[in-house]
Amino acid sequence: MFLNALLLALRSIRRNLMRSFLTILGIVIGVGAVITMVTLGNGATLAVQAQISSLGTNLLMVRPGQRLGAHGAGGAPAFTETDADAIMAQIGGIAAVAPEARAPITVVGNGRNWATMVIGSTNAWFKTGNWRLASGRLFEDDEQRAGAAVCIIGETVRREIFGGTRGVGEQLRIKQFSCQVIGILASKGQAAMGSDQDDIVVVPLHTLQRRVVGNLRVATLLVSMQDGTDGTRLKAGLRQLLRERRKLAEREDDNFNILDTQQIAETMAGTTKVMTTLLGAVAAVSLLVGGIGIMNIMLVSVTERTREIGLRLAIGALERDVLLQFLIEAVVLAGLGGLVGVVTATGASYVMARAMGVPYLFDPAINLLSLAFSAGIGVLFGYFPARRAARLDPIEALRHE
Amino acid sequence: MSAHAPARPLIQLRGVTKRYGQGQAALMALKGIDLDVRAGEFVAIMGPSGSGKSTAMNILGCLDNPSEGQYLFQGAHVEALTRDQRARLRRRYLGFVFQGFNLLARTSAQENVELPLLYRGTNASIRHAAAARALQAVGLGGWEHHTPGELSGGQQQRVAIARAIVTDPAVVLADEPTGNLDTKRSQEIMQLLVELNRAHGITVLMVTHEADMAAYAERLVHFIDGRIDGDAPNPHRAGVAASAAPMVV
Ligand SMILES: Nc1ncnc2c1ncn2[C@@H]1O[C@H](COP(=O)(O)OP(=O)(O)OP(=O)(O)O)[C@@H](O)[C@H]1O
Ligand SMILES: [Mg+2]
Repeated sequence: MFLNALLLALRSIRRNLMRSFLTILGIVIGVGAVITMVTLGNGATLAVQAQISSLGTNLLMVRPGQRLGAHGAGGAPAFTETDADAIMAQIGGIAAVAPEARAPITVVGNGRNWATMVIGSTNAWFKTGNWRLASGRLFEDDEQRAGAAVCIIGETVRREIFGGTRGVGEQLRIKQFSCQVIGILASKGQAAMGSDQDDIVVVPLHTLQRRVVGNLRVATLLVSMQDGTDGTRLKAGLRQLLRERRKLAEREDDNFNILDTQQIAETMAGTTKVMTTLLGAVAAVSLLVGGIGIMNIMLVSVTERTREIGLRLAIGALERDVLLQFLIEAVVLAGLGGLVGVVTATGASYVMARAMGVPYLFDPAINLLSLAFSAGIGVLFGYFPARRAARLDPIEALRHE
Repeated sequence: MSAHAPARPLIQLRGVTKRYGQGQAALMALKGIDLDVRAGEFVAIMGPSGSGKSTAMNILGCLDNPSEGQYLFQGAHVEALTRDQRARLRRRYLGFVFQGFNLLARTSAQENVELPLLYRGTNASIRHAAAARALQAVGLGGWEHHTPGELSGGQQQRVAIARAIVTDPAVVLADEPTGNLDTKRSQEIMQLLVELNRAHGITVLMVTHEADMAAYAERLVHFIDGRIDGDAPNPHRAGVAASAAPMVV
């Protein structure tokens, strides 16, 4: 019986191909939107998490200026190397402190140019950033003190300048001085939103200060906390120490800001989750609209096919048979819409994920859920028209029109 | 009732009335009908427009219940049945032929004929075979895959007849089956009904306005104003000679 109803439903859909297609379009778009939104949202969340964790967990980034973020020091004085030493010496629970300065420079080596970011810091920098060496070694203490002409390069720089060769031991020109490559960093890969974390050259802080930028400013202090440290207390201590060192009066605001990667990670993950939920909800509304579209067309179909329903009832269809026929027709329509939506969404979210530079994650749960949901919409919105059809009086129905 | 009484009639109407509407506006479409039809009869119902022929046919076809009176089909009280029980009875024993054919558009003759079997839950291979046989019986062998749009009115009515007989019904009810057809086509349809009545023993109840068509029946029932005014065997039966000649099938 059920199979027969399915057969009847398919026949009727086939007889009205164009209309059936237009009817399911709402569901297609709804399902497509839900899946695409959720897939992209998940991808974005993952990307953000990956980026944050590649920054290093338990990491505090201290910058001059009141406003959070990299820009707008707003005339606040920079840090110095001694700030980093003081933090390390005076605050407990700290694993490493790295003073960092950076300058965008086109480096030259092996007869090639490459525009990259040159970072001046100490060995602690590698620790705070969770970097690992692919080959070579870190800086020696005396190299750091003396500002020696040595550098450790990221995988992208190595590839662009030295191509197939190892790179360690080669010479690299940074502005007017030439430094020796002593290490290659293990690749971290593409970060979210397209920035390449491996596109860097790291030199000792003194080397950058003396030979490149010509001042002693330290733009950022990277503070890596020990595992299990109370971040809030540590941050409070850090803030107090820096206020003292920067001689801020009681009433004055901080002229520096402390960024907590853990906190950023949570905030951003939270934000993307909220965005995903929101977009998903909007998309779900479009599914609902699709359902109403199905109900509408089913009602039209019932009216149009009144005579046909009368005939079916006359020749022995039970109420249940007619109900089932129209219900299944609605469910098949909606399910078909869901299926087309899933296929469309898979293609669309793959393409969009690539365009946006976020990873593409196929989420079977959301696909199955959308399919089930669209079938459910078919039942929900198909029931009323189907019941109307089933309750028709065969005599009246046969006389219709 | 004695044990030697003749077999009970297939159909018995007893004091059947049908009232449409309520109170002042009420209209008695049937004002007390008594009618017996034996299995295998070919009955034509005639009468002026509005005399209650279709109303009676709807009750006879178990599509509607009488307002009062009794309808016994094979001895069972139809007026006591629920909607679904009547549907099961129709499904099992009755076939319908309508004035307007009522075929499913854009659906092949074969699929149209299979429709009643679908509701009986007959399996596909038996369904196909039965539909093909029914189409053969109405002279439409080879037209299985044509849709109603590709068939003439006469052919469409043949498909409808095939659909009515595909379930091997006890009774075929036809309300003005030739109403939409020209004389030649009408006569062909009547020949076919006579043939089905004879060869398959199917009881035929037919409403018609045309004496020419009623002439094919063996019994004429006359309706006037919701009552049976005349009920007699047909003295000059037409189509008998024609149906004696080998027909399709
Ligand atoms: N559903 C209905 N509601 C109200 N009145 C009805 C209904 N069906 C039929 N009637 C009335 O009942 C009477 C008998 O109608 P019926 O259709 O049985 O006539 P008929 O003999 O078949 O006529 P015709 O030859 O024109 O088909 C008519 O007066 C008609 O108006
Ligand atoms: Mg009538």
